[in-house]
Amino acid sequence: MTTLTRSAPATTPGKTVTPRRRDPGRWVVLAVLIVFAAAMLVPFVIIALNAVKSPDQYSSDGPLSVPHELYTRGVADFWNRVDFGRKLLNSLVISGSVAVLAVVLSVLNAYAIGIGRIRGRTWVLVAFLLANMLPQEGLVYPLFYLTNLVHLYDTQLAVIIIFTVIQGAFGTYLLSSVLSTFPRELIEAARIDGAGKLRILLRVVVPIVRPTLTVLFVFFFIWTWNEFFLPMVLLISNDTQTVPVALGVLQGQRMMDATTTSASALLGILPAAAFFLIFQRTLSRGITAGAVK
Amino acid sequence: MTAVRAGRSGRRAARDRTDGSYALFLLPGVLLVVAVIAVPLVMNIATSFTEWPGVGQPVWVGFGNYRTLFTDGGFWALFGHNAVLVVAMSLVPTVLGMVLAFALFDFIGRRFGPRSASVLRACIYLPQVLPAAVAGIVWSWILTPGNGALNQFLADIGLGGLAHDWLGDPDTALYAVAGVLVWIQIGYPVIIFMAGMQRVDPGLYEAAEIDGASWPRRLWHVTIPQLRPEIFVVLATTTIASLKTFDKIYVLTRGGPGDATNVPSYASWQNFFEKSQVGYGSAIATVLTILVLALSIGFLRAQRRAEDA
Repeated sequence: MTTLTRSAPATTPGKTVTPRRRDPGRWVVLAVLIVFAAAMLVPFVIIALNAVKSPDQYSSDGPLSVPHELYTRGVADFWNRVDFGRKLLNSLVISGSVAVLAVVLSVLNAYAIGIGRIRGRTWVLVAFLLANMLPQEGLVYPLFYLTNLVHLYDTQLAVIIIFTVIQGAFGTYLLSSVLSTFPRELIEAARIDGAGKLRILLRVVVPIVRPTLTVLFVFFFIWTWNEFFLPMVLLISNDTQTVPVALGVLQGQRMMDATTTSASALLGILPAAAFFLIFQRTLSRGITAGAVK
Repeated sequence: MTAVRAGRSGRRAARDRTDGSYALFLLPGVLLVVAVIAVPLVMNIATSFTEWPGVGQPVWVGFGNYRTLFTDGGFWALFGHNAVLVVAMSLVPTVLGMVLAFALFDFIGRRFGPRSASVLRACIYLPQVLPAAVAGIVWSWILTPGNGALNQFLADIGLGGLAHDWLGDPDTALYAVAGVLVWIQIGYPVIIFMAGMQRVDPGLYEAAEIDGASWPRRLWHVTIPQLRPEIFVVLATTTIASLKTFDKIYVLTRGGPGDATNVPSYASWQNFFEKSQVGYGSAIATVLTILVLALSIGFLRAQRRAEDA
């Protein structure tokens, strides 16, 4: 955001210098880009159209017809059949808990690494980052086995703990570099005032890096919401499954007819689209920072 | 310890006194990483040297699983399929994303205002926010054989002869999956590149424009060299991500038909949970882990070198 406001005035004079040759050409470029952007949206549009189309009309007019009437039974039936409210709640609980706990874990780790500058911090940092980058395929069977061993298999707690560690490992990496440039005078001043380490963390460091923590929270939430592989293996019952797992497993069984499938896809798209709209500003601030992932 | 180092400088000694209690803040994180990441990682490597159906005692077979893996042609096919996914998730989105980002930033942004550019960018980015499993449902619905949306569309524009069971035919399934992956991935480089373009000194463009450089020349001689760090990040992260493609394969094709779209990630899961060949699955997962680690370490080192330079 800051770069945007900074560079904007700089480009304005350049704009006036720009010779406006081949003026009709610019509309062609715009048209091509609009067509491309629209094509990217086509799948969303036809999913939405077919989710509100009656099965009768689907079988007579096919998938590309515009629905005659708003048919909501398909979505409602699917909602009830998979107990979708429950799935939404499960996803919210898991993603929300992970986002909060992973931010806390990142702050604690990054405080020791970025401000405490503990010995061997470079290696600790690399270890955390690699922990985040490891393929979950290489962890999945032992995690399946161990969660069974400690009776956490098919519990949301297991998934929350695992993703707190995975997301927190990434947050540690990002936040450590932010905290390594933290003004040391502030910490020294607080220490002279007699504040202990925990107090300094909570009263000095956290309030100042709060914007970064918000970005981390949003990303952790969305990343966890979208996770499929480990949650699918670890959550097998209806009461524990998340939205993507429930929808993905149903699709994998190939038991749904066309309108039901589009209803299920629509229900999967809506929360993601809502997050996109709600968090748009935070997302655009953070995507470049998250590029390392 | 403190006494030994106190000799070096007073300031260090002051910090070392507090060193221990800062490390305490790291304790929960380290314990959790050991329990959730390190221990499972070691266990997976250990089981890769055994034959084990998941119950009872694992039987030590040494490098047996790895021998089968590398002599069995199927394994190379898995990685071959993954190479196609690298093209679809990494190469194509990077090239196409660069052109799109440049057109949006340099052309639309400047002649129609940044607002139009960001609306178009949001449309292109939207597939990125979907859970990959949901994106997979959307496309397996569109690509349904018979009267699926794509086949219906082809028929409506008079190309009904091209109608096809896109995901069900071994000859087209992998490319159909690749096409879906391009749709999912394309928004990521566009966002990263557009952010990077804001960093580029506008004076460079002005100079190029005054010299009468056409847009392909500006893109090639100004933008791409300036965005080298972003291009590298996008290529590296998406290549690593492509090795972890499980969800889309699970939802779109389940690795089939036959093994036409099977990749190491999916094959390891099949061996773990469908075929009860945990040892063999662990060996595939271990090879995958080594590959991802090697790429990640190479990526981090190159990035560090670029930062130091």
